[in-house]
Amino acid sequence: MEMASTPLRRWISRGGHFVIVAAFVTFCAFPFYWMLITTFKDTHDLINTANNPLLFNNPPTLENLRVLFLDTQFGRWLVNTLVVGLAVVAITLALAVPAGYSLARLAGRWGQQLAIGIFLTYLIPPTILFIPFSRIIGAFGLQDSLWSLVLVYPSFTVPFCTWLLMGFFKTIPKDVEEAAMIDGLSRFGAFFKVVVPISMPGILTVVIFAFTLVMQEFVYALTFITSSSQYTVSVGVPTFLVRGDVYFWGSLMGACLIVSIPIAVIYNFFVDRFVAGFTVGAIK
Amino acid sequence: MIAGADAARTRGLRRFIDNERWLGRLLLAPAVIYIVALVGFPFLLAIYYSLSDATVGSRTLHFVGLRNYGQIMDNPTFWESLRNAIVFTLVSQVLVVVLAKILALALNRNFRGKWLVRFLILLPWVAPISLGVIGWLWIFDPVYSIINWGLRAIGVFGPNTWPIWLGQPNLAMASVIMVDVWRLLPLATVIILAGLSSIPQDIHDAAAVDGVGFWRHLFRITIPLVMPIMLVALLFGVVFTFTDMIVIFVLTRGGPYDTTQVLASYAFFTGIQGGNLADGAAISLFLFPVLVGVAVLFLTMARRAEVT
Repeated sequence: MEMASTPLRRWISRGGHFVIVAAFVTFCAFPFYWMLITTFKDTHDLINTANNPLLFNNPPTLENLRVLFLDTQFGRWLVNTLVVGLAVVAITLALAVPAGYSLARLAGRWGQQLAIGIFLTYLIPPTILFIPFSRIIGAFGLQDSLWSLVLVYPSFTVPFCTWLLMGFFKTIPKDVEEAAMIDGLSRFGAFFKVVVPISMPGILTVVIFAFTLVMQEFVYALTFITSSSQYTVSVGVPTFLVRGDVYFWGSLMGACLIVSIPIAVIYNFFVDRFVAGFTVGAIK
Repeated sequence: MIAGADAARTRGLRRFIDNERWLGRLLLAPAVIYIVALVGFPFLLAIYYSLSDATVGSRTLHFVGLRNYGQIMDNPTFWESLRNAIVFTLVSQVLVVVLAKILALALNRNFRGKWLVRFLILLPWVAPISLGVIGWLWIFDPVYSIINWGLRAIGVFGPNTWPIWLGQPNLAMASVIMVDVWRLLPLATVIILAGLSSIPQDIHDAAAVDGVGFWRHLFRITIPLVMPIMLVALLFGVVFTFTDMIVIFVLTRGGPYDTTQVLASYAFFTGIQGGNLADGAAISLFLFPVLVGVAVLFLTMARRAEVT
């Protein structure tokens, strides 16, 4: 079996590895590549079936992006999403940071059960809750208002982030707080002045994730909001940029690309932390 | 232990513990109250609506017992949606786990440009779902589908073959499954990758010294060791897919002829667009027992796999 390291076999193994990785990359990234091409394509080029769709048969154009920003409410939706995202992140941090710490350190056996209970709220997804919410939101007079989303979104960011933060806080050695408490700080003081600052990477991860969860959300925004000026990006683009049966493909793809790529770049830095917190929480 | 002297000696300590306990509760309470108010309460309300005649228009509602459930069970579209939801979930998750395992193994070694590969592979998961799915809507376009164009260009499709991906029943189901696999593959891959990298190198070295071959190594050592974490990935995949309506809503709206209608989308069309809140609530509640069953099953299996 030690023949495995002959140059030929190594070459085959490397080639096979390359083919597998290339196939997966194509599958995952092709839709985004296709968005990129379409965004800059002239509409006449796009709808001429005689043209090779992989090439620019007419020169690339910024016309689609001009239409997107000047003739649609895309900019407004971006601002709406940002506002809702920031408000939800603030609420989430205020609730989840203390709760995560409490579950990791202060709560005993009942805390463990409660942690599992929080985990189980994943099993009650928006697709069950949107129907009762549609009426609750109406009763509060919040239909068609961004505040409805600010109120409801923490219902899924808080459990998720509490769970993540619990994982992070468990990885911090207990000595850190014990030393601070010997130095005269109360338990709460040690938490607030010592643990929170050294947990900044974890808290930052939670900020990113809460924000991306808000950007991804679709069902509640589709249910609560009906006027186009109040939409968030994830609902506005699929519903309002589609006029009748005529799709403005160039502008649509531009909208998808502009939102997706910055988030993907930021998110990429945090994925490892996310997975670590997530699996520590789930397996432990 | 309950003796008075002991109690006196430990009073200071006990007060400290009591204090901590109250602090723990105080820190936890806001989050728990929020979750109970915005998950627990609406959930109970959903159950109540499903037993009532609530509609979007009227403000009053009356208790009607199990009448809605009876009506739903008589409706063939409901059974079709249930069947579709199960097919959609099972097929896509089997594909996700198998593909994610292969991809994770491929990524678990060092090679040049690995960070770029990782970035590209993560794109479907990190981009907002509804927007990524619009990209697929364009790829599946009945007139301009790049898949059809490509397959014709390389000679797989003859001049008369031009499938309408989202317009033909079986193809439509295959298409939405493909998009769901695309969306959940990155998450499963990074989770399995984390599991793979947590296996101590000694174990691999010991196996190599013993001359264990590639396949035996894979099925006897690597897979059993990442099993608990794979189950966690699978649990999330099943929950996300079974309750999802975004992929279906954006791509097919349940069509053609309800052949891709799933429980979540059917509940939306009945409850919100059709205005029948009571029936919509009842349909969506069918998601819940299935989810609980799946979760209990997986968590038990994950725990057992970890012990042995």
